[in-house]
Amino acid sequence: MADDSVAHLLRRAGFGASSDDLAIFDRLSYNQAVDRLLNYDTIPDDVDSKLGQAGFIGTTSNGPFSPNTVIGDARQRWLFRMIHTNRPLQEKMTLFWHNYFATGYTKVAGAGQQDGTRMMAAKAVEDPKGQRGQIEMLRANALGTLNNLLNLIATDPAMLIWLDGNTNTKNNPQENFGRELMELFSRGVGYYTEQDVYAAARVFTGWNLHVDRGSGDGDNAYSFIYNANLHETSAKTFSFPIYGDGSTTIPARSASAGMQDGLDLINALSTHPETARRVAQKLYDFFVSESVPADPNFLNQIVQVYLQNGTNIKPVLQTIFTSPYFTDPSVYFSRYSWPAEFVVRSIKETGWTGFSAGSTLTPLVNMGQQLFEPPDVAGWDLGQNWFSTGKMLARMNFASTLASNQKFRLGTAMAPARSSAQGVLDLMLSRYAAMNESGMRDDLLAYISTGTWSGSDAQLQTRASGLAHLIVGSAEYQFV
Amino acid sequence: MITRRQFVKNGVAAFTVSFAAPAFVSDLARAQGASSRNLVLLALAGGNDGLSTLVPYNDPFYYSRRPTLGIPAGTVLQVGSDGSGKALGLHPRLTGLHNIFNSGKLALIQRVGYQNSSRSHFTGTDIWSVGEPPASQGSGWLGRYLSTLGPLDPLAAWTTTGDTPHSMLASGVGVAAISNTTTFAFQSPNSGTEAALERTTANAIASHVPVDVSHLSFVASTVQGAMATLDRVASVGTYQPSVTYPNNGLGQALRMVAGAMSKGIGTKVFFVQTGGFDTHASQDTNGTNGAYYRLMATLDDGLSAFYNDLRNTGLINDTLVLTFSEFGRRITENGSRGTDHGAASLMLAMGGLVHGGLYGTSPDLNPNGNPTLENSSGDVTFETDFRSAYARVIDNWLGGDSTSILGGNFKKASLTFV
Repeated sequence: MADDSVAHLLRRAGFGASSDDLAIFDRLSYNQAVDRLLNYDTIPDDVDSKLGQAGFIGTTSNGPFSPNTVIGDARQRWLFRMIHTNRPLQEKMTLFWHNYFATGYTKVAGAGQQDGTRMMAAKAVEDPKGQRGQIEMLRANALGTLNNLLNLIATDPAMLIWLDGNTNTKNNPQENFGRELMELFSRGVGYYTEQDVYAAARVFTGWNLHVDRGSGDGDNAYSFIYNANLHETSAKTFSFPIYGDGSTTIPARSASAGMQDGLDLINALSTHPETARRVAQKLYDFFVSESVPADPNFLNQIVQVYLQNGTNIKPVLQTIFTSPYFTDPSVYFSRYSWPAEFVVRSIKETGWTGFSAGSTLTPLVNMGQQLFEPPDVAGWDLGQNWFSTGKMLARMNFASTLASNQKFRLGTAMAPARSSAQGVLDLMLSRYAAMNESGMRDDLLAYISTGTWSGSDAQLQTRASGLAHLIVGSAEYQFV
Repeated sequence: MITRRQFVKNGVAAFTVSFAAPAFVSDLARAQGASSRNLVLLALAGGNDGLSTLVPYNDPFYYSRRPTLGIPAGTVLQVGSDGSGKALGLHPRLTGLHNIFNSGKLALIQRVGYQNSSRSHFTGTDIWSVGEPPASQGSGWLGRYLSTLGPLDPLAAWTTTGDTPHSMLASGVGVAAISNTTTFAFQSPNSGTEAALERTTANAIASHVPVDVSHLSFVASTVQGAMATLDRVASVGTYQPSVTYPNNGLGQALRMVAGAMSKGIGTKVFFVQTGGFDTHASQDTNGTNGAYYRLMATLDDGLSAFYNDLRNTGLINDTLVLTFSEFGRRITENGSRGTDHGAASLMLAMGGLVHGGLYGTSPDLNPNGNPTLENSSGDVTFETDFRSAYARVIDNWLGGDSTSILGGNFKKASLTFV
């Protein structure tokens, strides 16, 4: 087992640790582990090549596995990556950005189900038209600058459909994207006015979607286009500064030069202190604690790192992971796990051979987190809202499904400890990271000690799978 | 306007672990003798063609604009004339609902909608769910109602669909998404006494509630809530209805709802959905195997079975079914013998205490400009704001305060269907 602080780091900056992960991270000091997670560019991005290979979790599809054109398969590919990637922080930040720039497949799929999947999730190198899905864009820039991410999201085909940028024209300014850009992607509620929304809508007039029609759904190419003739050219004035000299007005420009309006606005928004504070708070909540309020000094430190590094996220995370606020044991297991985190970690810790990522899809819906389908542009309701009786039962029953699938393998893995019930319990518990605040171990010992202990293969399978079910399905396990 | 995020902050999720008789019923509702009133919100997904559900069979423009889809006057099930003197008839397949109408327990509310009706399924459904047009984001109207009830039993809101419907979404409102009672159960990798032992152990683990670790206590309470709920949900699975329900999605969902009511498990609001109403092509309103004919068959058979079952078991006076659809359809049929996305449409309200009859007026389909049409006379324009129907249900059936829940006074005096 890795050092407690490294295990904590892997739960927060990744999805927990499988035995494969531990083999790598056991050799590293805490700071080396942070470096490995942050500098993932040096680690080959070859996880997708392992899809379908023995020794990795399987997939389940109707017909050929088509993660670029069938949304259920896209979901499975992403879950596969979360489970098996050697770049866990990249996947973790991709999930963070997916929630931050929450875009829902169903609306995008109005263009067609295959095209919708492509705009959400296609890998450009595998797509006949080179379409790159939004999640691929987020993944490629997971530790980049917010400034660049905002520019990319403003021109992302799925986002242009999701927030109606494709209909934003000078005769009919569409406020949806401009509003959310300020409310959710940068400054936050209370830091912009309705007049700013009107101005932002006009800024992005002509930022539309171009479709190169192919033979039909699955074969069209979607790209951003700046339609100069649909751009509103007059000056736009905001309640906050746009330029370094404090000027709040984007000047009137010719239509052909008008795309600069949007670039200026994004550039301003990304470097506003309000945006920095909002991003810092979101990262603090995600990585450090949802319940312990951030020390204002620490939050300010994050803000300064963000602003001094040109909105670059990587040094921000470096600051967070190496701060005593992050490594303080009192914050271990204090954040409510997202359903995707719960599912992935439980698979990494229980085992996956013979299991299918497809078996997680319906349970994830029941737990309240269908990937590529956030409830709205504000993303998922986090924290306590992940839990209700129905959603918790879904987690408990997923624990049962997984334990049932891994029954034989768990029994075999427990064979070295078969001489005593308590030995099997300790070996099982060593696989799992969960807070033990409430005497859960005593209950599990009572469970495994019930009846006569024989240590037979059958008994090992029964009780080991029962333990996996009870541990993963416990309240204690639902935290990272 | 309250935003969704503010809602999250204000509404701390609350749980009652054990089931007590819920204080669901307002004083008003109690005064009216109700003990366990239910609302069943039925979504007709895809955009229902209200003009084919309730046919203005004496309007020559109805037939001229719908040369293949017009339903002959001789086949409709007549329901009389509305306040504007329009003779109306139900689709010929709605024989069961026609009987319920004749017994005064079915209200037909015409031309319900809102200004600048969205033509998007997605946005339209959201707008109908949120109840603050043109907002398509934020908490749902039923979710806001439920959040006014205080600590909620885990089964207070039950959707028979897989996802929580937007209309029930609100922070702190847990919605039981149970499409099948047999899968809402404590599962186990083992069986028999071993499974029972796991259940006992899971209960024991959840019984430790450390007061100083509030997040753990909270999740443990959801485990306890689930465990306490299992037997009640299982009891629904044992329900023996007094009639045979159709063996289709809607029929079986309504059977489950009737079971939940009959077993008295405390659910206040149900959400049920039936789809297929997006009839762009080959809508075929008249052929007995036609697309729209079959939609009407599903609707009629399901609702009739539900009505008759609850009437037989004495629960119909506790029950109100309200239908909605994200939009109606265009008046003029398209080149594919179908109809495209339109605007205002029809709502149905059915129940033992419903004041049945025709509400609102049918549009004048004469395309030469008249105030009942919009978009160059292509669409039916709304006469009744959908929030007025919600307000009636909230105030007069659920015993809530529609003004605060809907963020304004949308009461309409003439809308007395309940």
